[in-house]
Amino acid sequence: MAGHARGCSVEFCGGAYRIVSDTTLALRAIDKRFGATTALVTASLTVRRGTLHAVLGENGAGKTTLMRIAFGMLRPDAGTLAIDDRPVSLTSSADAMQHGLGMVHQHFTLVPAMTTAENIALGGHGMFRAREAAARVRSLGEQTGLAVDPDARVSSLGVGAQQRVEILKALAGNARTLILDEPTAVLTPRETEELFRWLRRYVADGGTAVLVTHKLQEALSIADDVTVLRRGANVLTAPAAGLQVDDLVRALTGEDHAEQPLRARAAAARGASVARLVDACARDARGVVRVQAATIECFAGEIVGIAGIEGSGVHELLRLLAGRLTPFAGSAKLPTTVGFVPEDRQRDALVEEFSLTENFCLRGATARTGRISWPAIAEQTGAAMRAHDVRAPSPATLAGALSGGNQQKFVLGRELDAHPALVVAENPVRGLDHLATEQVLRELEHAADAGSAVVLYSGDLDELLPVADRMFVMFAGRLREVPVTRSAVASALVGAS
Amino acid sequence: MRRPGERWAVSAATLLVIVAAVSAILIAGGYDTSRALTALWNGAFGSPYAVLSATLVRATPLLFVGLAVGLAFRAGVLNIGAEGQLLAGATTAAAVGLFLGGFPRPLALPVVLIAGAAAGSAWAGVAAWLKQQFGVLEVISTLMLNFVAAYMVSWAVRGPLQEPTHVYPQTVELADAVRLPALFAGHRLHLGFLLGLALAVALWWFLMHTAAGFRVRAVGAGASAARSAGGINAARTATLVFVASGALAGLGGASEVTGVTFSLYEGISPGYGYSAIAVALLARLHPLAIVATALLFGALESGASAMQRDANVPSVIATVIEALVVLGVLALDHARASRES
Amino acid sequence: MADTFGDFLQASVRTATPLALAAYGELVVERAGIINLGLEGAIIAGAFGALVGAGAGGIGAGFAVAMIAGCAATAVVALVVLWLRADAIIAGTAVTMLALGLTGTLYRSLYGAQGAALSVPTLSPQALPLLADVPWLGRALFVQPVITYALYGLAAALWWWMTRTHAGLALRAVGERPVAAFAAGISPVRVQALALLFGGAMGGLAGGVLVLAQVGTFAEGMSSGRGFIAIAIVVLGRWSPLGVAAAALLFGVASQLQYVFQSLGWSVPYQLFLALPYVLTLLALAGTQRRAEAPAALGKPLDDDTR
Repeated sequence: MAGHARGCSVEFCGGAYRIVSDTTLALRAIDKRFGATTALVTASLTVRRGTLHAVLGENGAGKTTLMRIAFGMLRPDAGTLAIDDRPVSLTSSADAMQHGLGMVHQHFTLVPAMTTAENIALGGHGMFRAREAAARVRSLGEQTGLAVDPDARVSSLGVGAQQRVEILKALAGNARTLILDEPTAVLTPRETEELFRWLRRYVADGGTAVLVTHKLQEALSIADDVTVLRRGANVLTAPAAGLQVDDLVRALTGEDHAEQPLRARAAAARGASVARLVDACARDARGVVRVQAATIECFAGEIVGIAGIEGSGVHELLRLLAGRLTPFAGSAKLPTTVGFVPEDRQRDALVEEFSLTENFCLRGATARTGRISWPAIAEQTGAAMRAHDVRAPSPATLAGALSGGNQQKFVLGRELDAHPALVVAENPVRGLDHLATEQVLRELEHAADAGSAVVLYSGDLDELLPVADRMFVMFAGRLREVPVTRSAVASALVGAS
Repeated sequence: MRRPGERWAVSAATLLVIVAAVSAILIAGGYDTSRALTALWNGAFGSPYAVLSATLVRATPLLFVGLAVGLAFRAGVLNIGAEGQLLAGATTAAAVGLFLGGFPRPLALPVVLIAGAAAGSAWAGVAAWLKQQFGVLEVISTLMLNFVAAYMVSWAVRGPLQEPTHVYPQTVELADAVRLPALFAGHRLHLGFLLGLALAVALWWFLMHTAAGFRVRAVGAGASAARSAGGINAARTATLVFVASGALAGLGGASEVTGVTFSLYEGISPGYGYSAIAVALLARLHPLAIVATALLFGALESGASAMQRDANVPSVIATVIEALVVLGVLALDHARASRES
Repeated sequence: MADTFGDFLQASVRTATPLALAAYGELVVERAGIINLGLEGAIIAGAFGALVGAGAGGIGAGFAVAMIAGCAATAVVALVVLWLRADAIIAGTAVTMLALGLTGTLYRSLYGAQGAALSVPTLSPQALPLLADVPWLGRALFVQPVITYALYGLAAALWWWMTRTHAGLALRAVGERPVAAFAAGISPVRVQALALLFGGAMGGLAGGVLVLAQVGTFAEGMSSGRGFIAIAIVVLGRWSPLGVAAAALLFGVASQLQYVFQSLGWSVPYQLFLALPYVLTLLALAGTQRRAEAPAALGKPLDDDTR
């Protein structure tokens, strides 16, 4: 029995009438910064009870940050949270769980060495009885329709099964609202189908779910409501029923003509072949195969754009091209000088406690012998700094003292100073302000104009599409060339088309 | 640290804090503080004897092992085994020295010293190999090897190298030909000290002005960037540095045997290898600064002996001070780092 | 002959007792993800504490003060590693140096520079009725000072706690995957801090055993590297309570071998036997497939946002 009045419902539960809010989760005007980067700006999200709410947005739009705030893992710099219309201030995920929230993380938070039952029981108190825990897992599994083996070690389970354990873990904590962060990123199409079927059943049975996803089509097909985030703010919230894919694309990118090519760069004069991968396969540091049979050829004077969501194998592909990783199958033909600008510049490109001169000396460090003439290198460094507009008092300044933008310009300057035949740049403008971003992208264009082959990876299509002569997209370990249009790239990114 | 000067500020601050702490301990212990501190000063600097036969002499082995530890730490190798490497060097130097006593000095002495260095590098090599092949933490393996080395010395001086009457656990005195000459008549300061100074300068030059030294520093300061941006083989660099570090420590042992003790006996090293950690850390791993900190700790240990003689303060308080130095540097580094972020 | 062998076994268990106590403490700490090199410092601190405590209030007080002293030593490690976020290796080494130096200083200043053999009462072996009559093993296992029986109880309790309580589950999660523990509402920092304190108390207890159940007095540096041997025992025992017991016994046996050789009339330099536990440690560390069984996050500092 239920009534409905002014945003609340009355329901009969456990022998008594209870006023239950229509809104289970509401985040309003959330701000969040990480150092110099702004992740969220007056972001908001309102989730109605008993609905499946999809949250969409491109890389870096702020989806995961918003969810982590909702789950108490991060504190917002400004804004309010309300659960069941009651304002709350969450200090930890345990707090959030007590308020009926459950989260299925994108990167599973399971302990591989422990069994399913142990993982689900983690965080409890008092005695732990393995058999009771296993029985509880089985019954919960039957109730919810998610079958898992309570005694299996998580490390032996496949990805789909591990995700079921993550979901059960959230449900075991009596979650009334389930947040799923990019759950389909690692699932096969069939597993995705099963998950979505289960989600619809869960919602029909009275649960509430928030689904963070890239997949526009599927979001529309199963969600009740849709919210689109762009650059840390909420740009669209509407019931899914009235929306088309085009509306979503427009909201995601902020542009009207999603089909038109966005080329701002003059057509490049293609030079000689500089680098070539043929059916190259590579593993990551843990031995997992990340790149399968990648074939790509880079020509002098060209900018090749590469797009791929996290986990698609882009990280390893770039290192194959940069010569930092050797393929275990297939071939890689690379030029002798390759400039590499890695994403984590503070760990992989710079030694923060070294001066700029010493950091400059890192390039080609193995080839140097005998005595180092620091004054000569300092001069070279100074010249490179001037040429690339690196703002710092002098070459003797410690690298750690520079701002992110200047560090990046310095790294780029160092790599370009050797006039490499190939330049590989991994997310070079991440975390940089607008001016520095412009400068770095211009530098890369100049390098191409001067005859280098440039490979540019970015998570932001706005940066990539205007400068790329050709586009490749990495999805689930496979590399494909696609037309340089936003919709072609956007669909290839999520494996559609 | 954003500016180089800040690292020295941390060291200076650490020292001040520790002087205060030690004074507090002395006062709390009911010692005659002024008498103790006077004895400390006099024991370290108060007379030509103090300087030339105590402080500088004690500083010499600290200089060698300080450089050894400093070099290793610079490359990110946590060599806690300088003690064992020093003992290996001392034992080998004694054995070879006993054998070569009849040869002319210009020939015999260098051979003895080189043998000591080689023994030290071999001793370190065991730990380096265990790390390379089996991933054994060098901290634990070098510590274990310290104990093994100490027992090796014990066996040597009671067995194959023992003096002929078999009464005392020590070797006979080394012949003149294999002794490091004294620098001043009537005082114990010997050529080893100058050798140490020369090595400090050489090491400074190596680290700061050569390509190979630059690569060593890069691996220690940012292994990932060294690998990725510099293409440097971090593991091989670390192994080479480890072995070189052992050589320096072994040379320190050889220097002690040929310059001061002229024989081998148990307890020839009162923990030089561990003090070296404090010596190196306080000097922020800079070879020229290590000269200064080695002198400081040499003074400290001479002074501490005098403090025990004249004011009854246990001399082992020097170890406490050294440990506080390490902790102090760690704490103040953190204070600076957190103030910046 | 049987008598000699029986003596040998009994002595092995006696030697193994302090090693096992320290190792169980280290087991808990490493299961939480930290390698505690300050364990040696905890042992020597405990030994000194035992001397002081026993002098003031008898054996019971001696053990109590020993545990407190060991706990205090490791508390410094916890502070430096968890609050100052310093490297655990350097911090542990520094604390060990500090403990060795402080105990030496305090011993000399409180009891005289020459250390006239100051003796304290010690525990004598107590035979357990019935159990002591079991052939071969009875004398070895059940005619020991009471502290050894406490060790048996501790081993069983620890095994039970680690596998049958949620707290034990939480400990294992922190050492395997801190982010998983964090997401489940557990505080990895808190778990590590408590683990360190427990490890310190066990180390202190081990030091107490050296003084109050074996030597009967204190000598500078008497811990003789047992803290590091305990770390090797944890590795050799594959981070399991049963394995630790077996490995500790192995080390106990190794250190008693010299007497067996002597009684057999084989003359081998005694230093070889004294060095044997340390060489064995090296072999153990090299030989065990360390990576396979170690807690996955062992030795890795906690991330800033999942503490």
